[in-house]
Amino acid sequence: MGATALRNGPSPVPAPIDSIVEVRGISKTYGNVEALRGIDLDFPRGKLTSLLGPSGCGKTTLLKIIAGLTRADGGTVAINGKRVSAPGPERAFVFQDFALMPWATVTRNVAFGLELRGTNKAEREETAHRYIAEVGLAGFEDKYPHELSGGMRQRVGLARALSVDADVLLLDEPFSAVDEQNRRKFQEDLIRLRTNQNKTFIFVTHSIEEAVYISDRIVLLSPRPGRVSQIIEPEIDRSGDPERIHRDRHYLDTVEEIWQGLKQYVE
Amino acid sequence: MAVSIRTEGEAAGLAPLSNRSTSGASWDQPIILRLVSIVLFAGIWEVAGRIPVSFAFPTFSDTIVAFFGLLADGSLATAYLSTLQPLVLGVVLSAFLGVGLGTICGLWRTGEWLMIPVFIVLQAAPVAAFIPMVTFVYGIGMTAKTLAVMILALPVIVLNTYKAVRNVNESLLVMCRSFLGTRWQTVAKIILPDASPVIFAGLRLGVAAGFVGVVLAELLITPTGIGDLITFHRSRADYAEMYATIASIIALSTLTLVFLQWVEVRVFRPESRGA
Repeated sequence: MGATALRNGPSPVPAPIDSIVEVRGISKTYGNVEALRGIDLDFPRGKLTSLLGPSGCGKTTLLKIIAGLTRADGGTVAINGKRVSAPGPERAFVFQDFALMPWATVTRNVAFGLELRGTNKAEREETAHRYIAEVGLAGFEDKYPHELSGGMRQRVGLARALSVDADVLLLDEPFSAVDEQNRRKFQEDLIRLRTNQNKTFIFVTHSIEEAVYISDRIVLLSPRPGRVSQIIEPEIDRSGDPERIHRDRHYLDTVEEIWQGLKQYVE
Repeated sequence: MAVSIRTEGEAAGLAPLSNRSTSGASWDQPIILRLVSIVLFAGIWEVAGRIPVSFAFPTFSDTIVAFFGLLADGSLATAYLSTLQPLVLGVVLSAFLGVGLGTICGLWRTGEWLMIPVFIVLQAAPVAAFIPMVTFVYGIGMTAKTLAVMILALPVIVLNTYKAVRNVNESLLVMCRSFLGTRWQTVAKIILPDASPVIFAGLRLGVAAGFVGVVLAELLITPTGIGDLITFHRSRADYAEMYATIASIIALSTLTLVFLQWVEVRVFRPESRGA
């Protein structure tokens, strides 16, 4: 177990000192399928928290409820202490299928959140260009999405979420439609980006390796009904070469530990 | 409209993509092919006219000569002046009304229930049969002709717009909502641009139907404009002139459609330019 802090059981975890997102008693039912039951969670400010679990555990549903895109049947979500039930300026979403407008250039796609807010053109394009460079797409400002690879398209999606300057970034399996090589590179960039940007990330993934690699905190969800089964805080030093993490002992141990925990849910 | 998706190997590098170096070469090809196709068509027409297929079928060269004759004596200009008024009015009204109604039906359930069945029936009906009825109600003036254009053009525009708006990309709608887009912004910035290829397909069909409508009206309602010119030359057995008139309206219709496509790519779907 070593440096890995591990808390068991579905009971609510004592709230960290500064949590930006508080989820209380969230439940959701689709028809007669119970997707989520009594979810209590706190997301600490400035950290990257992953929601991890097998398919059908309701992790994307939970993320969309936090985003205000899906209505919960019961329970509350509070951001910075304020209850929310619709999308708001303090949250920005990165979509699994990128959701880029094919008729708009990279710049316009990235600036779209600001365009909707009525920011003037010069200002929003300047902001967009800054974040396009930040995600490593400098030189592609005037390209259209179909001219980019999957990995690059998701960088556009990430830049769009960053450019509205939200406190919380919600990422819904952002790398699932990206090929393996680009995913690795993107994960490394995300670690770097996280140290530069003082933001809270909530990240949905079904990849154990990915979750352990990038997360400060991993929330394991069990399926049918979706419940919090475990919260893990891998204490991995990410300051050095990101390549090294893949060979780090704690990294490998944590991956193994989570796999042992999840095995029972896989047929 | 085809969206070219570059392979991973080409696009994964983080250097800006070079401009399409092959675009010049691939552009030449269609132009040559189009010219060959036009020349071939003219050639077959000429041969068929010389056989002759029918005593009422002029050669291509006679038709061209007749066309310039009609241009020179001003009869073509006079005819178009009178034909274009109901045509342009009807097509423009149909375009705006059609896209507007189609959008409303796509967004609003009650509107859909009220209007869509009417347009489905109108599209299925042999609409030319309504034209005598339109004449009966509105007389033989400009109103009747404009209505004839609209009866033909409107249904396909409404139905295409409605379908396009209904089938808008769901994930873009969610995206717009998550970035706090208002209802109006969603319609203007997501729904209409996303629907524009199908809306424009409807507009092209609608404009073509509008040309049918105006010619029908001029043949059936009042002998004026192009319809009159066709009837007149037929009655005098000036077949070259008759064919020249018919060919001129076909050419005008084609050019209008090409122009519409140009506007679409230029204004609404810049990403499909050259793709």
